Amino acid sequence: MVEKSFGRPLKRKEDPALLRGEGRFVDDIHLAGMLHAAFVRSPHAHARIVRVDKRAALAVPGVHAVFVFADLPESVRRQTLPLLMPHPAIKQPFMPYALAKDEVCYAGEPVACVVADSRYLAEDAAQLVEVDYEPLPAVGDCRAAFDKDASPVHAGSESNVAARFPVKVGDTDRAFSGAAHVFREKIYQHRGGAFFIECRGAVASHEAPTGSFTLYAASQGSHRLKRCMLELFDLGDNQVRVITPDVGGGFGPKASFYPEYVDIAAAAMALNRPVKWIEDRRENFLATHQERDQYWDMEIAVDSDAKILGVRGQLIHETGAYVPMGIVLPWITATTVPGPYVIPNYKLDVVSVFTNKIQTTPVRGAGRPEAVVTMERLMDRVARELKLDRAEVRRRNFIRPEQMPYQVGIIFRDGRPVTYDSGDYPACQAAALEASDYEGFKLRQADARAQGRYLGIGVSNTVEATGLGPYESATVRISTNGRIVVYTGATPQGQSHQTTLAQIAADQFGVDIKDVAVVTGDTATVALGIGTFAARTAVNAGSSVHIAATEVAAKAKQIAAGMMECLEDDLELAEGTVRLKSAPDVGKSLREIAVKSIGMLGFSMAGGFPPGLEHTAHFTPEQSVYANGTHVAEVEVDIETGAVSFLRYTAAHDCGRVINPMVVDGQVVGGVAHGVGNALYERMVYDENAQPVSINFGEYLLPLATDVPHVDLVHLETPSPLNPLGLKGAGEGGTIGSIAAIVSAVENALAPFGVTLAEAPVSPQRIVELLGEHALGRTR
Amino acid sequence: MKPAPFIYHDPRSLNEAAGLLASLDNARVLAGGQSLMPMMNFRYVMPDHLIDLNKVGELAYLRFEGAALHIGAMTRQRELEFSAEIGERCPILHEALAHVGHRQTRNRGTIGGSLCHLDPSAELVNVTALLGGTLHAASQRGTRDIPFAEFAAAYMTSSLEADELLAGVTLPLPDRRHGYAFVEFARRHGDFAIVACSALLGLDRNGNIKKAALALSGLGHAPVRPAAIERALVGQKPAGAAFKAAAMEAAKLDATADAYVTAAYRQHLARVLTFRALEQAAQRAKEQADG
Amino acid sequence: MADTRTITVTVNGKAHRREVETRMTLADFLRHELELTGTHVGCEHGVCGACTVLIGGASARACLMLAVQCDGESLTTVEGLSAAEQLNPLQQAFHDNHGLQCGFCTPGMLITLTEFLRDYPAPTETEVREVLSGNLCRCTGYQPIVAAALDAAKRIREGA
Repeated sequence: MVEKSFGRPLKRKEDPALLRGEGRFVDDIHLAGMLHAAFVRSPHAHARIVRVDKRAALAVPGVHAVFVFADLPESVRRQTLPLLMPHPAIKQPFMPYALAKDEVCYAGEPVACVVADSRYLAEDAAQLVEVDYEPLPAVGDCRAAFDKDASPVHAGSESNVAARFPVKVGDTDRAFSGAAHVFREKIYQHRGGAFFIECRGAVASHEAPTGSFTLYAASQGSHRLKRCMLELFDLGDNQVRVITPDVGGGFGPKASFYPEYVDIAAAAMALNRPVKWIEDRRENFLATHQERDQYWDMEIAVDSDAKILGVRGQLIHETGAYVPMGIVLPWITATTVPGPYVIPNYKLDVVSVFTNKIQTTPVRGAGRPEAVVTMERLMDRVARELKLDRAEVRRRNFIRPEQMPYQVGIIFRDGRPVTYDSGDYPACQAAALEASDYEGFKLRQADARAQGRYLGIGVSNTVEATGLGPYESATVRISTNGRIVVYTGATPQGQSHQTTLAQIAADQFGVDIKDVAVVTGDTATVALGIGTFAARTAVNAGSSVHIAATEVAAKAKQIAAGMMECLEDDLELAEGTVRLKSAPDVGKSLREIAVKSIGMLGFSMAGGFPPGLEHTAHFTPEQSVYANGTHVAEVEVDIETGAVSFLRYTAAHDCGRVINPMVVDGQVVGGVAHGVGNALYERMVYDENAQPVSINFGEYLLPLATDVPHVDLVHLETPSPLNPLGLKGAGEGGTIGSIAAIVSAVENALAPFGVTLAEAPVSPQRIVELLGEHALGRTR
Repeated sequence: MKPAPFIYHDPRSLNEAAGLLASLDNARVLAGGQSLMPMMNFRYVMPDHLIDLNKVGELAYLRFEGAALHIGAMTRQRELEFSAEIGERCPILHEALAHVGHRQTRNRGTIGGSLCHLDPSAELVNVTALLGGTLHAASQRGTRDIPFAEFAAAYMTSSLEADELLAGVTLPLPDRRHGYAFVEFARRHGDFAIVACSALLGLDRNGNIKKAALALSGLGHAPVRPAAIERALVGQKPAGAAFKAAAMEAAKLDATADAYVTAAYRQHLARVLTFRALEQAAQRAKEQADG
Repeated sequence: MADTRTITVTVNGKAHRREVETRMTLADFLRHELELTGTHVGCEHGVCGACTVLIGGASARACLMLAVQCDGESLTTVEGLSAAEQLNPLQQAFHDNHGLQCGFCTPGMLITLTEFLRDYPAPTETEVREVLSGNLCRCTGYQPIVAAALDAAKRIREGA
């Protein structure tokens, strides 16, 4: 009897090939006749392009072409890259062209595409392309850009506001006017980029006879890329195929549609040769989307028992030079603020502001980490002012499990009211506090202080929307040799879909996961798809696979019943065979059933079944499902240097029922590392001309194995009622709660000195600055 | 990020290398490659000629002679790291090397490369300054000895002439009974220090400081030997008061700022790390005296 | 006219003779000349460690080496760690401990740990984390890689 796979920590099918160096990443693709592209990118954050002279570049032996805007096909020239999430609040929907037309709006914007026999030669030639720029004033800071006297980020525009919208529930004016206590916090947050180890890249291969082409791209959603390509090149559905091979990390920015894909496709078309472009790390710093600055000006009103009456304020959010994801990122941030707390009155005025920098789009957490930092700073402030324990203040304000489903009162970016479907927030915090020995911390802290050491503990609670719609596709097909294949639009970059989706399908047929092949991210295999980001795949693809597999299993039994002339109820599907419950050695194999299902030439198909042993499902969630977590960070701060080290880290998380606990744990621990980076290390530095200064890994600091804590995990499982398997997403939870917990812990360590923190990241230098004289320590 | 084209030369002797360097325009010397190759990949540096020293065997040597340690420029950092004799006779070098990059970079990186690259906070540069090393330059015109104090001309620029190679360095060994410490503050394991402080202390029979050397790096373009602070330590009891005084003076040394780190923070670290280095060196000196 | 050399490089026990441009990095030589695409390129400035290979048994960043510098040398890449279709004890430990997600940093991790465990068969967790500080990972948070390394060390000591 084959054991059920769902819920077990099965080892991954992806591993053996990857461990032997047999992964197939986009730069591993070699096509006959393939050429290589390099880009000429604007060195200016803002400039007019006066003239481009390609002659010297074209003279380099081995160079095949140099493309500028004017060389692109007409359909590409007449439109900018599509804004895929439009919204009426976006007043200035500036989007880039595939190559800069006459204005560049961020340093790194592509101006020309050089195609040569090798990347080496393409870079040689790119250096020789002469571009005359007329530099224009560049705006680097989003607060300065918001100022009405600011220079325009886009020449000729009236303001630098991309969009402005309120998110609100209740009546904050009334709530604040009667409040026992009102506290204000100005919080600055800077998040960084995804910095996956595999840079972006794509190969475009054009077939002149059919006028169609294939794009291999390291993406997070093949279908979205295909849609954009169809629009830009005005091609038919049959003329574009997008395949995403193995991807070395995505974390959000690989979901975007980038100009380089268009440029190499145009080049492949013009030259009738495949063209490959692999982003190098410098380009990655310049031209891959990232997150950056948010300035929050917030107030919280509480009664004398520390119960929240209202939260209000303003968020200035930096969108960079364009708005490829509309207002998705600031919207998610704004709607995540209330978290697990009862906040009857909430109002946030959100302004998304242009700057002359690479655009900001979701990076792991997608604005939720910042919302949690803000809310948890406010909670810590309340605790400090009212001289209450920080966990107690939170306890007093939790939404209780009996209040589920809970209407927060605001609208999420999926267009639906934010309704928490399930979750036990008090239990989650309690479990985390217990596991981290929060109670015992006071003694640890006191003992340490007696030795001149400064320890701190911080707690954060998160509620995160996961399982974002609109759907994901899954086709489950059993072919005539009995082999099971799952095709899906989900497009993984390390999330183990080949294993987890196989686990779901395998259980319907009573087989081992090795007997279920999972094919992801190929637009030729399944017509519709969305992709893998936003912690959505378990819910969407998982549910679709479950539904499709269930349907196929049911059909198999129906067909078998006909073949065996018995009732369906007499049959069970186990070990890849449909067999009589009463006589398990009597049955039909999936192979036999599949052969039957496709009919035989010349014979009518009896029973009226549609042919084939397959089913396609697009599970369409009603709304997002809400996972939750509590993080507890325990740190030591060396007050003389400002260095922060971890003593302990606990993450309690609830992502509903879990397909593969090993995979979920990996996602949470991996997510915490991103949070450590954003709390303590990562900062994109620009100069006063909006020129990126941080363009290498020596200066932009990612956490190393010696920088991350060992994460102790606590598992809770509150199934979601909103999908057949009770799933919630797990990919971002580790990041969403970690920054707030770490900042809180550092502040707690510095409490004896009266230092408070309302910013992230926090560097040792900053800690020393805030400590003033106290940082002299023993040298005082 | 691919390097621009160059003509590659792989001489087999110092003579040959010096000859190439004298005759070729826009030539760069390649040692371990851990600093030069990134610059070439970024195209910050585009030599027409690359002179690879990795086959010049005569430049890799490690010799103790009397009170000096002679190290060839092409000696790998890893060799220094695993030399038991260095551990015994010049342990501060090991303490410094523990902070130098990562295993992979030390396998290829050379002491000569680090010295010529002159990153302001490079650990091996700091220790060379501390010990008062002498750099041996070689060219077709002959050899030239350069005391470390004269070696760093400007930010990441040595005083080697255009046709000179660094052939080796001689490090005077510390006294057998000395206290030493190398402390640095870096953001992450293996990163270049923001500020580093190395110290050597010799104690007299009464347990007071008779010799003191300090090297502070990360403040300016090269490590600083703060002579006044060193002199002020002589005769003092090796205890908190003396360390604090030295630390306070160290904080007054000039420091530069960059996009990431302020001058004030560097000066603050100079103060804190000077204290810690002296404290640790004194502790070891006492152990030596007792032991 | 490009400056080229003819070199012979032994990789995973097999000798390859090629004429290459002298500026070609070792990483590109392995990946594109020899089509051994297991060694990955992540930064080309020597920080991420994805390109780590063994040269004469010593780990090095292939993005900071020129192919011509490896003339006459014997290299080991990830493809040479085990026989076809097999996983060696270190690889098996990664598999058992979920030590990889996207797999892009993995070859570099394996090579770094191969050298390390050979020289330090009984490491502490701190020592493992320190040796891994030259290899960046963005998926796992390092924890399962550390677990895999310690697990592999144990298995190898016990004669796996």
